[in-house]
Amino acid sequence: MKVHILAFGITKDIVGGSTFEFQIEEGSNVGQLKKHLQQQYPAFEDLASLAIAVNSEYASEELVIKAADEIVLIPPVSGG
Amino acid sequence: MIDIQLLHTPLQVEKCLKRVRHPAAGGIDIFVGTVRDQTRGKKVVRLEFESYEPMAISEMKKIAERATEKWPIQNIAIHHRVGTLEIGEIAVIIAVSTPHRKASFEACQFAIDTLKETVPIWKKEIFEDGEVWVAAHP
Repeated sequence: MKVHILAFGITKDIVGGSTFEFQIEEGSNVGQLKKHLQQQYPAFEDLASLAIAVNSEYASEELVIKAADEIVLIPPVSGG
Repeated sequence: MIDIQLLHTPLQVEKCLKRVRHPAAGGIDIFVGTVRDQTRGKKVVRLEFESYEPMAISEMKKIAERATEKWPIQNIAIHHRVGTLEIGEIAVIIAVSTPHRKASFEACQFAIDTLKETVPIWKKEIFEDGEVWVAAHP
């Protein structure tokens, strides 16, 4: 299934845009998505951390993704 | 009272102070984060902040709620700026009022420390010869 992903900060530079679509298997969880993303974009592995938010909440690796979810890449935050 | 704001316009300390004043408060602690002109000796020209807005607001709210559970807070304001900031401008203000000063210091420190760890806001440092996303790499 196709999911819609938003990218911020350095992840935006890595994927080359602030939104993109990504193909994952039905029933994939956040951990699996992250692994596929790291395969597609090896630069993610160089980051100090990469969290994924689903529908505006930090998501655990076990959370199963649905097609309509809003998925957001959260590289190391640096507010303040 | 919890007052959370993510603003594209200059932040005002006076406004935050006004928001947290309370007759039962004996102490107000205010942290003001400003844009520094250098990083590790390298001259910074300006900063650019971006945020994932809905989540930045909800995460700041969570911090205020957690602080309110831990300390006897009357009022807490967390205002964060986004967009382009020049040297010396205010990036964040946290104001906390409590009955006694110790709690206001502790709650304010907790709020800024947690904000730096959890709130989806990113800053890019612009140097004369390049730019870098802060903290992106180990």
